[in-house]
Amino acid sequence: MTDTEVPIGGRSGKPARPVDSGSAAGVRQPLDLRPAPGAASRWNMLRAQTTIELKLTLRRGESVLLTLVIPVGLLLFFTAVDVLPTDGARSVDFLVPGILALAVMSTAFTGQAIATGFERSYGVLRRFGASPLPRSLLLAGKTLAVVAVELIQVAVLVAVGFALGWHPHGGPWWVALLLLVATVAFCGLGLLMAGTLRAEATLAAANGVYLLLLLVGGVIVPLSRLPGWLEAVGQALPTAAASDGLRAVLQDGAGLPVGDLLVLCAWAVGSLALAARTFRWE
Amino acid sequence: MADDLAVEVSSLVKTYWPRSNRAIHAVNDLSLTVVAGSVTALLGPNGAGKTTTIEICEGFRRPDAGHVRVLGLDPARDGPALRPRVGVMLQSGGVYPGARAGEMLALIAAHHRDPLDVIALLERVGITEVAGMPYRRLSGGQQQRLALAMALVGRPELVFLDEPTAGMDVQARRATWELIEQLRIAGVTVVLTTHAMDEAERLADHVVIVDHGKVLAAGSPAELTSGGAKGELRFRALAGLDIDRLELALPSGTVAREGPPGRYVIQGKVDPQMLAAVTAWCAGNGVMAEDLQVEQRSLEDVFVELTGSALRP
Repeated sequence: MTDTEVPIGGRSGKPARPVDSGSAAGVRQPLDLRPAPGAASRWNMLRAQTTIELKLTLRRGESVLLTLVIPVGLLLFFTAVDVLPTDGARSVDFLVPGILALAVMSTAFTGQAIATGFERSYGVLRRFGASPLPRSLLLAGKTLAVVAVELIQVAVLVAVGFALGWHPHGGPWWVALLLLVATVAFCGLGLLMAGTLRAEATLAAANGVYLLLLLVGGVIVPLSRLPGWLEAVGQALPTAAASDGLRAVLQDGAGLPVGDLLVLCAWAVGSLALAARTFRWE
Repeated sequence: MADDLAVEVSSLVKTYWPRSNRAIHAVNDLSLTVVAGSVTALLGPNGAGKTTTIEICEGFRRPDAGHVRVLGLDPARDGPALRPRVGVMLQSGGVYPGARAGEMLALIAAHHRDPLDVIALLERVGITEVAGMPYRRLSGGQQQRLALAMALVGRPELVFLDEPTAGMDVQARRATWELIEQLRIAGVTVVLTTHAMDEAERLADHVVIVDHGKVLAAGSPAELTSGGAKGELRFRALAGLDIDRLELALPSGTVAREGPPGRYVIQGKVDPQMLAAVTAWCAGNGVMAEDLQVEQRSLEDVFVELTGSALRP
């Protein structure tokens, strides 16, 4: 086929501008529908994905409740009402590290699992499979949005903590490292759940696990107060590793808590590897 | 020659194994081609294998056997090269439930290098008023129009539209047809699925009738409907023409009658000779024949003939 045989349009010819007529419904905007395909730059795609993920997270009332209202509420309540067995430490010094661990868990695990589960069931992930967006950038956008929400959480909790008379110790870099590795571990667990269960099952399970880890993860109740067998189970969980590690640095001014960091690393590697193997996009 | 084909599917096979353990042969040795720059309609009843076929072309599913080329590439292997060039409209879903319509279209636009103007496209598909509403609150027809806009925003050279007008009201449906016609004029290759005959008849250069995972017939709407014409010629003229003398002038075996006064029906083998004989007789008798038409089968007649009239589960 030659170009001359394709008077208008055509794959290789120079297509004419579409004639766009007005209609009874009003004059329509001319749209140049001629093909001009191409993927955006990776940077633009990443920026667009991060922005939408962040906007959608902050727009969901239940996710703000989970990630900000509940952690701040727990911090305020148990600082004011001194009923926790804090093993001699001041309530606020004991609470802030645990609540920081809870905040990371609520965003990276609970919120992420629920949102991703519903995106999977609504065919969002599938639709992106037909767009130029690579999956790596889809996940990178989600991760950056999680980190952005966590920065908001940390800022708010630290501010509230200081207002309540919190005196942190230790190196901020160890804190950042622990929070980062905990984020990776919780993201892996969240994606593992969202990629294999139905959306409704993920919703129920993610909330159930949140509550369970809140109780046996050393967030507000020290692990030492749990029965021996439960303490052993709790110590192997990522939440306990995060809250214990953060408490060692921030409350006791210890150096890097290597044991807790290793537990978190193990969860991070294991959950991500398993999620990568089992995740179903539709 | 293969250069002119936007899509080539040959001997495609896809079998599903649901838990009931009875294999479903969704696509069973199906072959078709789509000429670049054309509008091709896959027409078939529910469960005919239309969606599975285009989902394989879109790279969503892997074929069990057969050969698929889209824009000269293998959708299962060359996804990254292919995806920027192909627009996809899914039958349902594909949007963040909490995202607003305009926001979602802008997001897909941001995945492309040279996208259409989002505001103008929203206007064009008629969802400007609901652009600020969350997706889950749009009506079915509005969701369809957003999905259509999402398929077009990247300025693709080939679009797959899976039941583009399902759930739309009459106005939206006609506006969508107009848009598809303009895509064709702009040089975009369009592959759509439908079970609406009028849609296929109006839009498609090439219709592929699919059922039980196979192609039953393919061709232009005119080709599909011309085979086995009903054998009827109709025209309007002065009432009370001498039917018997007209019949004498026509090939033997032809029957002429006047239905309502002034409306004539001629039944027999409709061929150029018969047509010439009728008009020659009219000319010889000073009769002006108006609305002369050869009655053809509709696409629906062809479709029912091929796929049967039994209801599908």
